[in-house]
Amino acid sequence: MRELERYLRIEKFPHIWCPGCGNGIVLGSMLRAVKRLDLDQDQTVIVGGIGCSSRAVGYLDFNTLHTTHGRAIAFATGIKMARPDLKVIVITGDGDATAIGGNHFIHAARRNIDITLLLFNNSIYGMTGGQYSPLTPVNKKATTAPYGVIEPSFDIAELARVAGASYVGRSTTYHSSLLTGLIMEGIENKGFSLVEAVTACPTAYGRRNSMKDGLEMLLWQKENAVQIQQAKKMNPEELAGKIIIGRLHSQAAPEYTDMYEQLINRSGFQTGGTMVTPLKGTQRG
Amino acid sequence: MSRIFEMARLMQGNEAVAEGALAAGVRFFAGYPITPSTEIAEIMAERLPRLGGKFIQMEDEMASLAAVIGASLTGQKSITATSGPGFSLMQENIGFAAMAEVPCVIVNVQRSGPSTGMPTAPAQGDVMQARWGTHGDHPVIVLSPASVREAYDITVRAVNLAEKYRVPVILLMDEVVGHLREKVVLPALGEVEIINRPAPSPNVEEYSPYLPDENGVPPMANFGEGYRYHVTGLAHDEQGMPANDPKVLEKLLLRLHNKINYNLPDILFDEALYLDDAQVAVLAYGCSARSARRAVKEARAEGIKAGLYRPITLWPFPEQRVLEVARCAHTIIVPEMNLGQYRLEVERVVRERACVRGVHRVHGELVEPGDILAAIREVV
Ligand SMILES: Cc1ncc(C[n+]2csc(CCOP(=O)(O)OP(=O)(O)O)c2C)c(N)n1
Ligand code: SF4
Repeated sequence: MRELERYLRIEKFPHIWCPGCGNGIVLGSMLRAVKRLDLDQDQTVIVGGIGCSSRAVGYLDFNTLHTTHGRAIAFATGIKMARPDLKVIVITGDGDATAIGGNHFIHAARRNIDITLLLFNNSIYGMTGGQYSPLTPVNKKATTAPYGVIEPSFDIAELARVAGASYVGRSTTYHSSLLTGLIMEGIENKGFSLVEAVTACPTAYGRRNSMKDGLEMLLWQKENAVQIQQAKKMNPEELAGKIIIGRLHSQAAPEYTDMYEQLINRSGFQTGGTMVTPLKGTQRG
Repeated sequence: MSRIFEMARLMQGNEAVAEGALAAGVRFFAGYPITPSTEIAEIMAERLPRLGGKFIQMEDEMASLAAVIGASLTGQKSITATSGPGFSLMQENIGFAAMAEVPCVIVNVQRSGPSTGMPTAPAQGDVMQARWGTHGDHPVIVLSPASVREAYDITVRAVNLAEKYRVPVILLMDEVVGHLREKVVLPALGEVEIINRPAPSPNVEEYSPYLPDENGVPPMANFGEGYRYHVTGLAHDEQGMPANDPKVLEKLLLRLHNKINYNLPDILFDEALYLDDAQVAVLAYGCSARSARRAVKEARAEGIKAGLYRPITLWPFPEQRVLEVARCAHTIIVPEMNLGQYRLEVERVVRERACVRGVHRVHGELVEPGDILAAIREVV
């Protein structure tokens, strides 16, 4: 951890997360990725939504922005548009990114704008105390689903892919070094990258779904994760309830801010050009 | 180049807003189409790239203002435009911009409501939404132009005020002014006053993002310039870090209000016509002020001592000026295309010093000069 201290606002610790929470592991993986890529802290913006995971931005020594619930990607879109040279990383929770923020999520993927989205999937709304999210598996319990969830959940990685994201990866906190590698690939990818980090919330999710602590939840991840190469050899019955991890999708595609730069050139912009109001048929005098 | 601007031309209110924004240095627009504001987006889509700026049509209004705030944090002067229902959706992030002190301009070309109402019918029903639409106690600056040329000037001012005081500024237009075409002569670009956000000292280490200067406004570093700091909508200390201490929140909220309250002379714009000896004053803004001006002139022609007070800055409320109007006039008539949103505020301020009367129309058509003239005749 020492080597990562330069990326943290150490004076802001202790953090708010519960004992056994996986968020610290995801954050560690992210910072290792940042370190290995040697990102410039001054030229990197980290944007968070609202939720336990999103609070991480306060602990990170970068240009950091803690936004409104669900809107992190939309704020990040403005930043990236205005300054395409900045690295923009968004960290959000499953509720933040896929419920209230679901629309922004699919549209950022569709535009393939160069933002890396690190989605902390703890299968629950942690900060508000354990209500179900669009990623809570069917039949699992939540404070607002005391009889078990009846809504099918999203495969958020698949959703990102079909919406147009050019990079999609998934790992768990048990497989944290894989997670680091995926985040690195996501950041290096020119386009919209989703890295889904399956993480443990013992407080709001585990307790209610017969996993009593963080360790048990990590072991559950270990038992249930299947590498993508392996998964390709398995049939759907064998894969039921499994978490497929690894690089799930990577396909170069035109990136939004790049295309906008081309549009600027096509529009007749010249650097240092003056501002001239076009005179249409309506002018007089 | 500036010659083009000296030429008189026929221009629409919405077009004047776009031109004013560009003249003020706006180089980023994010929005979502809605009548009657859409022309602003369309013009920006065409003009911005040619100036090296950026336009993006977002997936909704929450996203639009979010993107505007994001762009503004990198130093880009940024604006969005919408109408009633879209304005409702923007409220969440208007609060964010107020709390995090991010300069931005939100144009609301009002249409009739509630809900989707009558999309192309004019109304002035968002006066209170502009003031109190987002939750919590927050300051706002709301400006309302009454002509095409003024739409240009007031847009420039809105951008300048947003930057100077680091607040979201709402340009509250109405459909009449937005779609009106008038002959205008725009100022040469060199004559347009441009104000930039207060810049921090070059000493990066010493930067406290929310430590105010003597004006009450903290200097603002832009993302990517080497000042690494935290921006949040949570209550925060002068370092920008979340804080739960009631004293921190109170101090922050009072400062947010006071940076506006202590600078009223710089923020309040208005117009007065025949007020010196007016016994009846008409207080009107936006399109209703156009009818009011005509009514007042006709009343004068009939020998009635009528005058017009037109707030251009609707919020903060020009209390002192309205009290002055009430010192001379025994009656203040407030014509509005709503059921009395601003009239109630006038009543609150003048109390028994003058009689306050409303002329209200909510049928999607203008308050006509004759309506106002009739009210004037009635009270003299
Ligand atoms: C507009 C709005 N609606 C609701 C909330 C309340 N809220 C705060 S955090 C949260 C859920 C966060 O869940 P998730 O994104 O999964 O993050 P986690 O806390 O699990 O990391 C909700 C609903 C809010 N802050 N804003
Ligand atoms: S509630 Fe869950 S996600 Fe939130 S800090 Fe606690 S364990 Fe972590």
